[in-house]
Amino acid sequence: MPHASMTRRITDFANRADPYPVYEELRSTPVLHEEEGGPYIISSYYDIKALLHDPRVSSDAANLAAAGDDALASTEETGGLPPSFLRLDPPEHDRLRRIANSAFGPPHRPRRIDGLRGQMREIVTELIDAFGDAREIDVVDRFAYPFPVTVICRLLGVPREDEPRFRAWVDPLVATLDPETRRGTDADAATAAREARMQLGMYLSGLVEERAGEPRDDLLSDLVNSRGPDGSLTMMEVLSTAVLLLIAGHETTVNLITNGMLTLLRHPEILRRLREDPGLSVNIVEELLRYEPPVQLVPQRTCIADIEVRGVTIPKGSRIWLVLAAGNRDPERFEDPGRFDPDRGDIQHLGFGSGIHSCFGAPLARLETQIALSELARRLVDPRLVEDPPPYRPNAVLRGPRHLGIAFEGLR
Amino acid sequence: MAADYVEWLRREGRIVIVGASLAGLRAAETLRAEGFAGELTLIGDEPYEPYDRPPLSKSVLLGKASPHHTELPHRWETDAKWRLGVAAAGLDLTARRVRLADGDEVEFDRLLIATGVRARPWPKEEEARLEGVFLLRTREDAAALYRRLKAGPRRVFVIGAGFAGSEVASACRESGIPVTVAERAGAPLVGALGGVVGAVAADLQTENGVDLRTHVTVTALEGDSVGRVRAVHLSDETVVEADVVVVSLGSVRNTEWLTGSGLGAGPRGIACDAGCRAFDFRGIVTDDVFVAGDVARSPHALFGYQFLSLEHWGNAVAQAETAAHNMICHGAERRPHLWMPAFWSSMFGVNIKSVGVPPMGEQLMITQGSLAERRFVGVYGCKGRIVAAVTFDNARWLEFYQRQIERGAPFPVEYPTLDRRPEGRRPVDADFPDPSLPTHGPMVTLSGYSPADQQLVFHPARH
Ligand SMILES: Cc1cc2nc3c(=O)[nH]c(=O)nc-3n(C[C@H](O)[C@H](O)[C@H](O)COP(=O)(O)OP(=O)(O)OC[C@H]3O[C@@H](n4cnc5c(N)ncnc54)[C@H](O)[C@@H]3O)c2cc1C
Ligand code: HEM
Repeated sequence: MPHASMTRRITDFANRADPYPVYEELRSTPVLHEEEGGPYIISSYYDIKALLHDPRVSSDAANLAAAGDDALASTEETGGLPPSFLRLDPPEHDRLRRIANSAFGPPHRPRRIDGLRGQMREIVTELIDAFGDAREIDVVDRFAYPFPVTVICRLLGVPREDEPRFRAWVDPLVATLDPETRRGTDADAATAAREARMQLGMYLSGLVEERAGEPRDDLLSDLVNSRGPDGSLTMMEVLSTAVLLLIAGHETTVNLITNGMLTLLRHPEILRRLREDPGLSVNIVEELLRYEPPVQLVPQRTCIADIEVRGVTIPKGSRIWLVLAAGNRDPERFEDPGRFDPDRGDIQHLGFGSGIHSCFGAPLARLETQIALSELARRLVDPRLVEDPPPYRPNAVLRGPRHLGIAFEGLR
Repeated sequence: MAADYVEWLRREGRIVIVGASLAGLRAAETLRAEGFAGELTLIGDEPYEPYDRPPLSKSVLLGKASPHHTELPHRWETDAKWRLGVAAAGLDLTARRVRLADGDEVEFDRLLIATGVRARPWPKEEEARLEGVFLLRTREDAAALYRRLKAGPRRVFVIGAGFAGSEVASACRESGIPVTVAERAGAPLVGALGGVVGAVAADLQTENGVDLRTHVTVTALEGDSVGRVRAVHLSDETVVEADVVVVSLGSVRNTEWLTGSGLGAGPRGIACDAGCRAFDFRGIVTDDVFVAGDVARSPHALFGYQFLSLEHWGNAVAQAETAAHNMICHGAERRPHLWMPAFWSSMFGVNIKSVGVPPMGEQLMITQGSLAERRFVGVYGCKGRIVAAVTFDNARWLEFYQRQIERGAPFPVEYPTLDRRPEGRRPVDADFPDPSLPTHGPMVTLSGYSPADQQLVFHPARH
C-alpha cells in the first residue's frame, strides 16, 4: 500500500494538533532515512542526546547549505548580518556565546535575569488587568504574544516609549520565520518583512551607538562594551547577537506559555494545585518542556564525518533532524511518557536542546513562563477552553496554537 | 536457603557501616530506598554528620562557603543509629563484630567498610607539628587553614602540585596571597594527566602569579623560636620564607584498624570484587563484608580488569549504591560496579574534567581546541583504544568521549571533529612519569544507557 513518507507526515499540517502518534511510529525506526539526499531522522532520547554532544555534528550554516535543501531547510534571510552563534561551530560559537553570556548571567551579571522578576510580574499584571470585563479572550494575542517581546525590550534596553514601534517591526519578522509561510508568502508580505528587518536593524544600531562608551544598565550596553579575555564584538556581531536573542526567544516562549495554558486546562486538577501553590510552576514548566516542547525538532545539523547510530552509518555530509519532541516521549527513557505529570522524579527533557548549543535563554524562558502560568492560574476565575484542539500555526518546528480561546467567569 | 537468608536479612538483619561520610551516607540511603527494614548502624570517627569535602579546597578557602556548612543533603530517611565521634578499632570476622575505640562492640550480619583516606602527613613529625603547617582533608583542617589565610599570611608554601595542592594555590592567588608551590615532577598534575597537559597547568599557575618550583623536593621545614614555621628548605638548596605551609602529598588509606582481621586490607586499600565484596588476605572473596569509596580497590572490566583505586567523589557515590544494592539482594540480581571514572576540579578560573583513566594512556591527542588557548579536549590512547579524555573549559563534549571509551573505540582519533587544530592531527607522547603497562588480551565494552540495562560485551583476544 502506498504510504505517505514520514518526512512528509512530520510536516503535514493535518498532524499539527497531535503529532505524537507520528513520533511514536517514527521511534520504531530510530534512524530513519527515506530518500536519497533526504535527512536522517533521529527520534530516540538517547540517540538525540548523544548526537547533540557529538563533535562530528556541525551547526555551521555553511555546512548545512552544502548538504542541500530539505523540507525544513531554513536558510532564513539574515539581512546582511553575519551568522549568529546558533549557526556557528566552535571556536567562533564559543567565543560569541561567552561574550553574550558575560552580559546575560553569572558570574558577571548574576542579577540580570532575576532582577527582571518584578518587571515581569508588573507586565503580566497589566496584561491580565487589560482583559477587563471580557469573559472570553485569545490567550495568544492578548497575553502570550505581547509578554516575551516586552520582556526582551526591557532586557536589551529598548526605551519604553519605543516599545510599540519595536513590536511593529518584530511581528512581521517572526511571521516569516516559518518556512511554510515563507514559501507561500505573497510578495507584499515579503517586502514588508524585509522593510521591517531593515528598520529594526537601523533602530538597533542607533541604540547600540548611543551605548558605545556610555554604558547603561542593560544588555546591549554590555554587549557593545565587552572587553573581556575574548576581545570585543564588532558592531555587526552585536547586532546579529541582539537579533538572535530577539528571534530565538520570541515565538518559543509564546508557544511555551500557550501550550502551558492549553495543557493546564486539559488537566484541571493540576491547574487547581498551581493556583494554590505557585511554587509548583517550576516543575510544571519543566514537564511542559518535555510534554509539549515549543521546539519540536532541530533540523539544522550536518555530519562532518561518518557516524554510526544503532548500526546505521550516517554518511559524512548528511543532514540530520533531531526530533526533540519524539525523544521527550521515548518510553526507553521516561515512564508513562504520554502522561503530563509534573511530579515525575527526573524531568531531564530535551526541550532546550543539549550540549554546546543548549538554549542560551533558558533561565529567562523558565522564569517568564513560571510567572505567566502561575498568575493566569491565580487570577482567572473558572477558566475553560472554548475550542479543543485550538487552531495551530503551520510551523512544524516551532509548533504552537495560533489562537487559544478561553472563557472564564471573571478576574481575581 | 540462601534466598531465605536474604529475605530474613532484608527484614530484620543488622547492617553496620564503618565510615560515616559520603560513601557511608549514600549506602545507608540506598539500603533504605531498596527496602532494607532491619537495624542499621553508622560508625564514624568524626564528630559530625556527613559533610562534603570538595568545597573545602575551593569555595571554603575563598570564604564563599563556611567550612561548618557543607553537610551532605540527605536524600532518603536513613532511620539509623549514628555512632559519631568514635572510631572502629578492630574487626572480628568470625564473630561478626566491630570493636570500637571506646571498648564497645557492635555485631553485624553484613558490614560495609567506607573509611576512606586521610591526608598523608609531613614525614618529619617534629616539623609537622610546627604552627602554620596544615593538611587538608577534614572540616577542621579547612576551618583552620581558612582562618590563617584570612589573617593575611606573608607567603603560603604548598608542598605537592596535585589537584588538591593546585586548588589551594589557586584560592590563595584569588585572595591575593603570595604563594609558592613545590613539585617533584616537571609540572603540576603530571601524575593525574601527564606532562603535556601538566605544562598547561604550569602556565596557568605562573601566569596567575604562583611561584612554581618544579623538579624539587622539600628537604626541611624550619621553625622560629616559638615553634612557628618560618621557612622551607628545598633540594636545590634554596630557602623560601613562608608562614603557612600546606602539605599536599596525597593520601593514606584508613585500613590500620583492620590489621589482623584477616581481610586483604593494607596501604593500598581494601581489595574487593566488582560486586564490592571484600577479599580476605588469601584472595578469597568474603560474603558479608563489602567495601566502597576511597578506601576500595576494585577491578574494572573496561580497563583490563585492573584494580583501580579512585579517590573521586562520583566513584564513592556509585560504589556505595552498588555495594548497598548487592548487600541485600540475591546473587543473580547483583550488579558490578562499572562506574566510569570521572573527576572534576577548578583552579585559576578553569574548569577541568576527566573521564576514564588518563594515567593508562601512552599517547595523547588534542581533538578539539588548543593547548595554547587552554580550552581543549585531550584524548588518551593505549594499545589502539581510547582509555580517557580530559577537558579544560570544554566539559560539554565529555559525554561523547565517555561513550567512546565504553565502546572501546580506536585510537588515534582519525575522523574529523569540530574545532580540530593542526596540533591535534597526530598523537603525541602523553608523558607520564611512570607508565603503567596494561596487558594485551581480550577486551570488554559496555553497551546500554541506564544502569539497569547496561551490559558488558566480551570480545575475545585478536591474534
Ligand atoms: C579537599 C578535598 C577536595 C576534593 N575535591 C574533589 C573534587 O573536586 N572532585 C572529586 O571527584 N573528588 C574530590 N575530592 C575527593 C572526595 O571528597 C572523596 O572521593 C570522597 O570524600 C570519598 O568519600 P568516602 O566516603 O569514600 O571517604 P571519606 O570522605 O574519606 O570518608 C571516610 C570517613 O570514614 C572515617 N573513618 C576513617 N577511619 C575510621 C574508623 N576506623 N572508624 C570510623 N570512622 C573512620 C573518616 O574520618 C571519614 O569521615 C576531594 C577531597 C578533598 C579532601
Ligand atoms: C520556552 C522557550 C524556549 C525554548 C523551548 C527554546 C529552545 C531552544 C533550543 C531547543 C535550542 C537549541 C537549538 C539547537 O541546538 O540548534 C535553543 C537555542 C538558543 N536559544 Fe532558546 N528557547 C527558548 C527561549 C529562549 C529565549 C527566551 C532566548 C533568549 C533570550 C533564547 C535564546 C537562544 C539562543 C541564543 C540559542 C542558541 C544557543 C547556541 O547556539 O549556543 N531561547 N533554544
